[in-house]
Amino acid sequence: MSHFIDTFFRAVFLENLALAYFLGMCTFLAVSKKVKTTIGLGIAVIVVEAISVPLNNLLYNFVLRDGALAWAGLGHLNFSYLGLLTQIAVIAAMIQVLEMVLNRFFPLLYNTLGIFLPLLTVNCAILGASLFMVQRDLGFIDSLAYGLGAGFGWALAIVMLAGLREKMKYSDIPAGLEGIGIAFFTTGLISLAFMGIAGLSF
Amino acid sequence: MTSKETFLKPLLKENPVTLHVLGICSALAITNSLTSSLIMSVSLTSVLVMTNVTISLIRRHLPSSVRLIVQITIIASAVAIIDQLLTAYLPDAAKTLRVYIALIVTNCIVLGRAEACAMKRGPGASFLDALGNGLGFSIILIIVAVIRELFGNGSLMGYRILELVHEGGWYEPNAMLLLPPSAFFIIGFIVWVIRSWKPEQNEEAEFKPAPLPDSEKR
Repeated sequence: MSHFIDTFFRAVFLENLALAYFLGMCTFLAVSKKVKTTIGLGIAVIVVEAISVPLNNLLYNFVLRDGALAWAGLGHLNFSYLGLLTQIAVIAAMIQVLEMVLNRFFPLLYNTLGIFLPLLTVNCAILGASLFMVQRDLGFIDSLAYGLGAGFGWALAIVMLAGLREKMKYSDIPAGLEGIGIAFFTTGLISLAFMGIAGLSF
Repeated sequence: MTSKETFLKPLLKENPVTLHVLGICSALAITNSLTSSLIMSVSLTSVLVMTNVTISLIRRHLPSSVRLIVQITIIASAVAIIDQLLTAYLPDAAKTLRVYIALIVTNCIVLGRAEACAMKRGPGASFLDALGNGLGFSIILIIVAVIRELFGNGSLMGYRILELVHEGGWYEPNAMLLLPPSAFFIIGFIVWVIRSWKPEQNEEAEFKPAPLPDSEKR
C-alpha cells in the first residue's frame, strides 16, 4: 500500500506531467482562463487517465510486448511496434464510450465534462502517461497509481495557473505580452517552483 | 491564396507556435540540445507532410462523423514509420527522444492542419501548407535550442563553442537554461518580440486599469 501512495505522490509532484514534462501544454495554456472551467477539465483528465493507463497496461503486458502472447501459445510474436497505434486507439475509443455512458446515466456530469472529453483524445498528457507507463515497465497496480497521480498532478497544475491568470487580468501588462505571453512566463515560474520540490530527496 | 503565400505565411506571420500556441509540448521538452531539436523538426515536418497529403487525397470520401478517428489513425501510422526509421538508423537519438517522437501523434499542429487545411484544399496546397507549418515550427524550435545549448552548455550539437570556466576557459555556463522551465521564458520572449514587431497579433486586454487622476501623476 505504501508503494501505491509513493507512486501516486511521485507522479503528482516530482514527475508532474504538465510542469516537469510539459505534456498537454496546448490545452493547458488555451483553457486556463477561468478556475471553474479548469476544475471540470481537471476532473475529466483524472477520470480518463485513471482508466486509460491501466487499460493500456493490460493490453501491453498481455498482447503487445515481446513474448506476451505466450498464454495463447504464440510466444514468438512481438507486436510492440504496434504500441503507439493501439494506445491512441484505446484512448480514443475509451473516451467515446465514456462520453456515451455519461450521457446516458449521468446527464448532470455529462453537462460539465462533456465538452472536454473529445478534446482529451488529442491531449498529449493522456497519451504521454501511457507511453511513460510502458517506458518504465510498471505493473498493473503501479499503473493504476501512476494514472491517478498523473491526472491529479495535471489537474492541480491547470487549476493553479487559472487561479493566477484570473487575478492577473486586472494588472497592467505590456502590450505584446497580453494573454499568451504572460501565461508562458507564469507557467515557467510555477514550473521552477516544482523543480524545487523535485530537488528534495525523499 | 497563392501557393507562395500558403508556404510563407506560417513561417512568421501565422507561426503555429507563437500565434496559435500549438505543438508547445515538444518545443519545450527537447530543446536543451540542438541535435534533438533538429531530429524532432525533421520528424515533425515529414509526419505533417505525409498526413496532410494523405488526408487531402481522401478528403472527399471521408464521412465527417468518423473523420477524427481516421485522421488520428493516419497520423499514428506515419509517426510509427518515423519511429521505426529512427530506431533503425539513429538508435541513440531514438532512445532519448522516444516518448516525444511518439507524442507527435497528439501534436496539435498535425491534427490542426489536417482539420484546417487538408480537409478543404487539394493535395498540392496541402503539401505546401504542411511544409510551411513544419518549417515554422522548426524555426522556433531551433532558435530556442541554440539559445539553450549555447548559453547553458557552451556548445552547439555537442561541439564546444564557448570555453567553460571549469575546463580552463572563460565562460561560466548558465545552468538554468538547461532546466526545462527556461524554455517557457525564451518562448515568452520570442512571442513578445514577434508581437511588438507585428502588433496586429496582440490579444485584447479584458480589463484596462483606470487612468490616474491628474493630482496623482508625477
